[in-house]
Amino acid sequence: MGNGILVFCETDGGNLRKSAFELLSKAASLGLGPVSALVVGPADASQAGAWGASTVYHVTGDAFGSYSTGATVKALQAAIAAANPAAVLASASQIARDAFPRLSARIGAGLAVECTDLRAEGGALVGRRPVYAGKALVDVRVKGTTGLFTVRPNSFPVGAAPGGSANVVALDAGVGAGDVDVTVTERIQPASTVVDLTQAERIVSGGRSLKSKESFDAVVRPLAASIGATPGASRAAVDAGYAHHGDQVGQTGKVVNPTLYIALGISGAIQHLAGMRTSRVIVAVNKDPEAPIFQYATYGIVGDLFEVAPALQAEFAKL
Amino acid sequence: MKIGVCLKQVPSTDTQIKVNGAGNGIVTDGVKWETNPYDEYALQAALDLKKAGKATEVVILTIGGADAESRIRDGLARGADRALRLDDAAFAGSDALGRARILAAAVKAEGIGAVFAGRQAIDTDNGATPAMLAEVLGWAQVSWIDKLTVDGGAFTAQRAAGGGFKEVVTGGLPAVFTCDKGLNNPVAATLMGIAAAKKKAIDVKGAADLGVDPSTVGTAGALVVEDGMSPPPPRPAGRRIEGDAATAARELVQLLRNEAKVI
Repeated sequence: MGNGILVFCETDGGNLRKSAFELLSKAASLGLGPVSALVVGPADASQAGAWGASTVYHVTGDAFGSYSTGATVKALQAAIAAANPAAVLASASQIARDAFPRLSARIGAGLAVECTDLRAEGGALVGRRPVYAGKALVDVRVKGTTGLFTVRPNSFPVGAAPGGSANVVALDAGVGAGDVDVTVTERIQPASTVVDLTQAERIVSGGRSLKSKESFDAVVRPLAASIGATPGASRAAVDAGYAHHGDQVGQTGKVVNPTLYIALGISGAIQHLAGMRTSRVIVAVNKDPEAPIFQYATYGIVGDLFEVAPALQAEFAKL
Repeated sequence: MKIGVCLKQVPSTDTQIKVNGAGNGIVTDGVKWETNPYDEYALQAALDLKKAGKATEVVILTIGGADAESRIRDGLARGADRALRLDDAAFAGSDALGRARILAAAVKAEGIGAVFAGRQAIDTDNGATPAMLAEVLGWAQVSWIDKLTVDGGAFTAQRAAGGGFKEVVTGGLPAVFTCDKGLNNPVAATLMGIAAAKKKAIDVKGAADLGVDPSTVGTAGALVVEDGMSPPPPRPAGRRIEGDAATAARELVQLLRNEAKVI
């Protein structure tokens, strides 16, 4: 078995993402040996040092201007060869979803995806993850030299930076022309500038009870904006045309993991719960006191969302 | 061009899940099965290409026992031409990589030129097998597509790029595509389709037929071991907040701030 943990750190605008600090903090707390980091593309790779990485592998080059499956897999292969870690951690982002299975097949390393908890056991890493729409949790162990684990965003708190500096090592991933197999011709911005649902720490979601797109826009979106939350929607609301599919939380939409999830007029169908049941604090506002969402809610208000939401917004405005 | 469509049966969303005695899977007796919803987008994408004259044959690829045939038959009724059911005692206990190896052997044996799969199956929610399949085959992959055009051996697809971004990518076949909601509107089988499906072939292929080394698949080849499966811990009992809207809102904000500490 390898030694230590390698954290694949994603970046945004030249800085490490919050998910990277989350994973570095967790990796340092596991006691499984030295923590190293991989940063790909133009970014201040040294930031990983302040969160406990002793070595940071930094891969740059033309192939990393836009995301490429093949180039990313090559970078990960190079860092794994250099660090020989027992485990590689990555945020369960779109990049990890695309690249990690390919990496797993290439180097013959077991893969545990979308873990919501990690623990060390007998010197090895064990991931715990939801399956069957969150109706069960299962432990995942991997055989072999290196295990690959992706972790749902916001699963762990970001500790305070312990400080320290890392040895930044420029790494050549040896990317060749054959490694970039599709060409990105256009990158399309999301319609809204708020944090994407999958990364959001706060979400305000609306259901079919909103009754129209106009009232969804007038009630859910402003309440969300008042606390810097990302607006979401149930499948029923999306199917009725009140919100876009990109706003959908649930089994055929996005899986979210915020610290605060406010559900307005959402009954709590299994389909929806599958996407948000791991939220830390759930607030439910619903007219129907028997709505299943109340079984999962930390705080529940039985009432008319058209009265409660504006009252809530007025209270948030006082903070 | 022949297109392969990965199709899996999964417990329906509203079915109750019970963990088995060994804690490594679920009790399958009494479970209601359905076609993985994302696989329906994959099948429809393949059928649309055939309708547009860009594919000659649509072949369903399913790893599973005879009990999977009713979902396969539904795929045939929707318009797929035939199906391979990949079944062998050696396949039992396969992890995602093992499943990718089985599918890759079938893709090669059939001379398939493009594979469509759902972005994930809603049982294990791994979403890993298609990209592994692409790697085993040495093909390109495009994950979570919601738009696709194919022109000869070239394709243009729109994929999810994280953070709500989308990317338009171009590339060449062969390739593996994983399909997201929004790609198309899957059409249910017609009565005529159901009648026609009865005459379509479901060929059963095992490890020897496919040239799969049994030590690389099933429990023997698995790199991933799952156990300790349990229902999620119950959430602590919630609190009902009473009073009119203004009173309840005031109390809720106070609790979010001072008790839950999330605001």
